[in-house]
Formats: sequence, structure tokens, C-alpha cells
Amino acid sequence: MELGQIQAYAYFFFTAFLVVSLYAYIFHLYRAEKKGTRNYEKYGNLALNDEVSTNPIETVGGAREPLKK
Amino acid sequence: MGGNQTPLAYDYTVARLFLYATILFGIIGMTIGVFIAFQMAFPELNYLFGEYGTFSRLRPIHTNGVAFGFTVSGIFATWYYVGQRVLKVSMAESPFLMVVGKLHFAVYILTILLAVVTLFAGITTSKEYAELEWPLDLLVVVFWVLWGVSIFGLIGIRRERTLYISIWYYIATFLAVAMLFLFNNMAVPTALVSGHGDWYHSVSWYAGTNDALVQWWYGHNAVAFVFTTPIVAMIYYFLPKESGQAVYSYKLSLLSFWGLMFVYLWAGGHHLIYSTVPDWMQTMGSVFSIVLILPSWGSAINMLLTMKGEWNQLQSNPLIKFMVLGSTFYMLSTLEGPIQAIKSVNALAHFTDWIPGHVHDGTLGWVGFMIIASMYHMTPRLFKRELYSKSLMETQFWLQTIGIVLYFSSMWIAGITQGMMWRATDEFGNLSYSFIDTVVVLHPYYTVRAIGGLLYLTGIFIWAYNIYKTITDGRKLEDKELNVNRSPMSAN
Repeated sequence: MELGQIQAYAYFFFTAFLVVSLYAYIFHLYRAEKKGTRNYEKYGNLALNDEVSTNPIETVGGAREPLKK
Repeated sequence: MGGNQTPLAYDYTVARLFLYATILFGIIGMTIGVFIAFQMAFPELNYLFGEYGTFSRLRPIHTNGVAFGFTVSGIFATWYYVGQRVLKVSMAESPFLMVVGKLHFAVYILTILLAVVTLFAGITTSKEYAELEWPLDLLVVVFWVLWGVSIFGLIGIRRERTLYISIWYYIATFLAVAMLFLFNNMAVPTALVSGHGDWYHSVSWYAGTNDALVQWWYGHNAVAFVFTTPIVAMIYYFLPKESGQAVYSYKLSLLSFWGLMFVYLWAGGHHLIYSTVPDWMQTMGSVFSIVLILPSWGSAINMLLTMKGEWNQLQSNPLIKFMVLGSTFYMLSTLEGPIQAIKSVNALAHFTDWIPGHVHDGTLGWVGFMIIASMYHMTPRLFKRELYSKSLMETQFWLQTIGIVLYFSSMWIAGITQGMMWRATDEFGNLSYSFIDTVVVLHPYYTVRAIGGLLYLTGIFIWAYNIYKTITDGRKLEDKELNVNRSPMSAN
């Protein structure tokens, strides 16, 4: 097999792999929400509740001090 | 800290600096754009300022000025605003990030001013959108790395665990432009290697067809990662915030993001259809361009649906007008582009005025409107002042909308006319028209285009004036008046 052929096959299978990955990801998102393990839509509020005085939706590690000193 | 109960506040020092730069480069870049549009219609205007006033000298200053001056300043200004807010961390908390931010601004301004000077002097690599010579390219790398330090530094000290949609798009912008810029600008400084030529002169590492491939992989992805992803970052924050409506579907934003990331990098081949690059690569460029409609429209429709139940705001809030029309123009240009990438359409459209028509309904309608709206939204928060005039915003909106329509409609007609005349043959297969025949026919459309550009530029001056008056004369606002979604604006 020539290099060009190998490239073409690799390209095709890589594309197919990425397409499958994308659909698997969509499936994962909807299943996680249906089973109640995660509510993705609540993160939409990140743009709205962005004042310095509001509390984070989920904090990082809990190690840092809260916003109000 | 003891008894100090002062609440922490976001620090917008760097955002303010980039806001000024956005306005300055918007005025410079678009004024030159309008001037060269008039030169296309009235060629005598080429001879006003000797070599410095010719179309060929000014055109790269226009493109660099609006893309890397106006747009990139706007991207940085919004980053230093949105980044802090959605990560819930203040720049004031990190003296290091504050120094990085200010240095970022200083190196950036120096680079862009040097770019204007060198391009006026005719110093260029002659690669479209990559005209800057290697010493300036090195400065670009410095400020880009500083921006990266700022992005990942701020993310590193964040309080909010989840990165909001806009942050993904800023990260994508940073990573993709870094990769594209480095590879396309690989060049050999001639004086260092051979001892010949000026010290700043260089030649590309790539030759012939390879150079074209790398150039248009870069060139089209400059559209992707300067004119698309960072502007999508803006709309995902500013439209929900200004309207008070959370994004319609967070899941759709995830899918659109990964779809866009996967597809966009492969579409550049459509710039080289019917050229000497491999045929499969041209086809790939076409196919990926068509697929690109899906993730582009995914984001645009997500934005329009965010307004669900709140369409009355379109009537009452000029900022919503700018953003909804911006989103609509995003849909228009992401449909028009793929159509032009189809091989048979490209045979007609390539090298015609339909192409700059397409570019400008994207840049004026989508990029320009989003940056204008973002700066208007930020100004009251950055300066604690009420926006000076709502009616001026309305005037600006309509002037600019009419300007865009004149621009793209004239270029559609001009482009298709031009394409048809170029390919027309008589019964013996001889070309029916010479090049000058097309120039004569296109003259009125070039005039209309220049007038459209002038209307848009007038709007830019109104925008600059409105922001200037807000900063100097706008009513002072209390903190509680700023903790609202809709931007405070004076009715007059």
C-alpha cells in the first residue's frame, strides 16, 4: 500500500471515529440529564448571575475564601 | 483582613484600555476602507498622497486595521470584562495578572502602531492577512502569549467551577490563532541567511502550491478564529445578559462548539478551487464548508431562541437590535459562504466582487455589530455612567443597517455581472467582453458600495461620540443601578 492510500484510509476512519464520538457525546448529554446525574441547563445562568456579590453555582474545591471579605 | 468589610469589585483597568483601542482602530481602519472604496469608483483618488495614497498601499492597512486592530482589541476588551465576571474572580486579586494585562496592552498597541507605519512604508511579506514582517510577527507572539497567560491565569484562580460557554470560545481563539499564526508565518530572514536585502525582509518557508495551501489554511481560519469564535464568545455572554434570558439551550451550545471546532479547520481549501492544489483537497474544502452550516446555525438559532417570549425587547432596546441583527447576519454569511464554496458556484464567483460582498456582510453585520453592542453594554459598567443617548444609538443602528444592505446588494449584483461577463463567449468561442467592458458596467455599483461604507463609517463616529459623551457627561450611577441586566441608558 502506498503512503497516499494509507493517508486516505486513515483520514476516512478518523473522520468516522469523530462523527461517532460526536453522536455518542450528544447521547451522553441527554442521558445524563434524563437520569438526573447532571443538569446542564443550569449553567446557562452563569452569564446572568455574574455580579461579584452572587455565589458561584459550583465552587472550585472550596479552598478559596468567599467573595465578600 | 480583620474588620475591613469592603466588598471585592471587578477591576476593569485593562478592559477600559482595550475599549479605547477598539474605537481608535475602528475609526482608522474603516476610514481607510471607505477611502479605498471610493478609489475603486473614482481612480483619480489614488494620486492624492503620492505612493502612500495608492489602493495597493492602503488596502493592507484597511484589512489589518479592522481585523487585527478593531476586532482583536474588541476581543481583548471583552475578555478582560467577561472573563472576570463568569469566572467570578477579580483582576485586583492577582497583582501578577494585572501586570500581565497591562503589559499585554502595551505590547499590543506598540505592535499595531508599528504595523500601520511599516505597511504605509510598503514593508510587507505580500501574504494576504499575514503582511507583517518577521520582527513584528515576533511581537505578535509576545502579546499573544501574554493573553494566554491572562486567560489560563484567571481560570487558574477562578471561584466558579464550570467554565461558561464564552470561555470555551476564547480558549479556542487563543489556541487556534497561535497554531495558525506560527505555521503560516514561518519565514527565512534573507539578510541573516544570505547577507542580502534589508534586515527586516524575509521569504516564506514554503514554496508554490504548498505556500498557497498553508496561506489559505491560515487565511480562512483567520475568519474562523478572529471573526467567528471570539464573536460567538461575545454573543453567548452579552445577549443573554442584556436581555435577562439564560441561553436557550446549553446542550446545543456544547454541540455547536465541538462541531465548529471539528469542521472549521478543514474548510480553507475552498479558496483554492480550480487552482493547482490536489483535486481531493478542493472537494474536501467544499464539503466541509457545507457541513459548517450546521454548527454555525446551531449557535445563531440558539441565540434567536434565547429571545423567546422577549421579542418586545427588540423594539425597546437598541442593544438587542444590534445583537439580534448581528446573529441574523451571522446566519446569512454562514449560508452564503458555503454556497460560494460549491465548485460550480465558485467557477462564477471566484475573483469577483461577490467575495468582498460576502466578507463585508459578515464583518460589518456580524463582527462590527457585536463589537459595537458589546462596547455599549460594557461602557456603563466600566465607567459607572449611564449611556449618553439612546436615540443616537437608534440613528446609528439604522444608518449602519442601510449601509450594510447597500454594500452587500451592490456587490452581489456587481460580482455576478462580472462573473457572467468574464465567461461570456460568442458563437465561435471568442470572449465577448474585454476586462475594461466589465469595469465600465461595474462603476455604479462601486459608487453605491462606497456610499454604503460611508453610512456605516458615519455610524462608527456616532458610536465613538456616544461612548465619549457617556464617559464625560453621562449621569453617574450607583452600584445598585449597575447590578441589572439591561444597560442603563438615557432616553434622549
